[in-house]
Amino acid sequence: MRAAASILPLAFDRVDLAVDGRRLVADLSFALAAHGTTVLLGPNGAGKSVLLRLAHGLLAPTAGAVRWGGDGGRIAGTKRHAMVFQKPVMLARSARANLTHALAAAGLGWSARRARADAALARFDLGALAERPARLLSGGEQQRLAIARAWALDPEVLFLDEPTSQLDPHVTRVIEEMLRGLAAEGRTLVMATHDLGQARRLADRILFLAAGRLVEDAPAAAFFHEPSSREAVAFLAGDLVV
Amino acid sequence: MEFAAVLTAGWDLVRGATPGFWPIVALSLRVTLTAVGLAALLGLPLGALVAVVRFPGRGAVVVLVNTLMGLPPVVAGLVVYLVFSRSGPLGTLGWLFTPTVMIVAQTVLVLPIVVALTRQVVEDLWREYAEHLRSLDLAGIAAVPTLLWDARFSLATVLLAGFGRASAEVGAVLIVGGNIAGHTRTMTTAIALETSKGDLPLALALGGVLILLTFAVNAVAWTAGRFGARFAAHTPG
Amino acid sequence: MIRLARRSLLAAAVLGALVPAALAQSAPEKTTIVVASTTSTQDSGLFGHILPLFTAETGIEVKVIAQGTGQALDTGRRGDADVVFVHAKAAEEKFVAEGFADKRLPVMYNDFVLIGPKADPAGIRGTTDIAAALRAVHDKAAPFVSRGDRSGTHQAELALWKTAGVDLDRSKGDWYREIGQGMGAALNTASAMNAYVLADRGTWIGFKNRGDLDVVVAGDKRLFNQYGVMLVSPTRHPHVKAAAGQAFVDWLVGPKGQAAIAGYRIGGEQLFFPNAGQPGA
Repeated sequence: MRAAASILPLAFDRVDLAVDGRRLVADLSFALAAHGTTVLLGPNGAGKSVLLRLAHGLLAPTAGAVRWGGDGGRIAGTKRHAMVFQKPVMLARSARANLTHALAAAGLGWSARRARADAALARFDLGALAERPARLLSGGEQQRLAIARAWALDPEVLFLDEPTSQLDPHVTRVIEEMLRGLAAEGRTLVMATHDLGQARRLADRILFLAAGRLVEDAPAAAFFHEPSSREAVAFLAGDLVV
Repeated sequence: MEFAAVLTAGWDLVRGATPGFWPIVALSLRVTLTAVGLAALLGLPLGALVAVVRFPGRGAVVVLVNTLMGLPPVVAGLVVYLVFSRSGPLGTLGWLFTPTVMIVAQTVLVLPIVVALTRQVVEDLWREYAEHLRSLDLAGIAAVPTLLWDARFSLATVLLAGFGRASAEVGAVLIVGGNIAGHTRTMTTAIALETSKGDLPLALALGGVLILLTFAVNAVAWTAGRFGARFAAHTPG
Repeated sequence: MIRLARRSLLAAAVLGALVPAALAQSAPEKTTIVVASTTSTQDSGLFGHILPLFTAETGIEVKVIAQGTGQALDTGRRGDADVVFVHAKAAEEKFVAEGFADKRLPVMYNDFVLIGPKADPAGIRGTTDIAAALRAVHDKAAPFVSRGDRSGTHQAELALWKTAGVDLDRSKGDWYREIGQGMGAALNTASAMNAYVLADRGTWIGFKNRGDLDVVVAGDKRLFNQYGVMLVSPTRHPHVKAAAGQAFVDWLVGPKGQAAIAGYRIGGEQLFFPNAGQPGA
């Protein structure tokens, strides 16, 4: 099912985004090559959500360039990266139909859609919710469905924008387990969070942002053991980063 | 004028004692429902497009369409009449004084309502869905089918608003149709005629039947909507 | 993405196939002609009586558009009617002079009556001098409803004011109410306002909302109202159904049509008097 070619590495080359004269992110440069889970960490307004959207193509840089491998992030015309949002977007139809809608948008035929949707429902234990209206599901069920929907598209890279910030600890644990499973399949995860504990639990690599700049880029163990930037030290200590 | 006279006239209508009544009802429904159908076919996609596609002059288009929601039916009728008159640009079609041109005139009245309200409904939905749909490569015109289907219950109400406007108007169908007995007489033009003949109980009875008809259409739509919503919420055993 | 668009195109195609079916006119089995006429001939019920006789004899169906005389003549000018049948001789002759019809033929006459409240503020009840009556209405500024719609009745009314020596442009006051609508609406308004109004006898007899109104002046020769019929010129408007239209004109002025017109009565009273052969009518 996975194509031979890859859309990685993803390279940010001195990326700026300014809106109405305000600089949201400045001079972002990094490369995403290997598999594993990269966590974007930083205080509110640091630019984590903006970075994810620049990578996924929902925003365009005002300076610098975002470069994907493959054909602009696609292989044979199919986009190989997907995104899960902080507040899950559910269409006004059943859970299963939300899955098949995304698969149809990706160009799958009717029987392929049905098979893949069934696989997603089974893999993430959502079978009992299949025919329920997605908008009536609980927050946790909706987010699990959103992740299942993204998985169904078979992405090489999955972007997640604070996926559990609005959910209770029990559901958070379930979702973190799902994400570990996705990473174990060999997919690359890029996740923004402001939950330090979650970052410690899931990250292989940390990109630490403050005030729109990439302040530190380090393997997770090194970062938590000995952060090198003033902002990261303050953040990890629980101080406000100004 | 007595209430009893109105009731008697109404009963005579419904039991078929007044000749020509049921054909008038059938024509009214045929003209209005077809006009709403055409306005839906054209207006739903158009309204959705205006909602999601940014194009130069979009603001002016929105204001214009909103304004046309209040287009007086007589004015619409007059313009359509001039277009389809034998001396007009489309006169050779020979549609004047036939139900076809009445459908055209009512479509002209209903279309702005459908476009303007669809735009509003879809724009609100697009605000919520935009990032997710764009993530799926459904941007601009490609997002329209998804948005229209997801907004289906609100859009049903929009179409009912259009139906109400069309079934209630008399100015447009009177001018373009000519209120010809047996051919282009609708409920509203019949009411106008009976009023001008001074037969007010009959006019009121006709009005009562028209209101009941509109009520019935709305009741059917309401139950269909509830059934549809319940069906979508069906939980497997 | 393509599949979604395809599904909605299918839905659109289905709807698009149903709509022409609804729009389709049932194929006419008989010839039909459009006759632009006045509200008085329709509202009095005359057409309801004579047209079935015509259709039974010729198989031609007549679709009547009932408008005011001015609008009916305009409809004829545009070529939207095959035959024009109104009651304003001067306007009809102008229509012929402009080339929209080859000739005008007299068909029948009825009479106007002055309707007014039983209380009769102008004090004219029972007189047969319409000019004097109108002068009295003007002098006493009694409420008067005018059709104000360029119809035959309206034009007759204006001519009568002139005969009465009243210059409306100068003396029009609050008592003179122009409503711009048909005969039925004018009678409704007069009934509600307890005002005087000039009406054709046919519409008055069929009118049900009389309130306090009754006939106050009738019988003056100047109240006679002549109807004429014209075939819209096929030279001017080639699409006009000339043969069928001419058949209708011929029938109206011929013995069968004239008899049908004379045979129409309400409550035993004859409303329209055929006079097709009358010179100068």
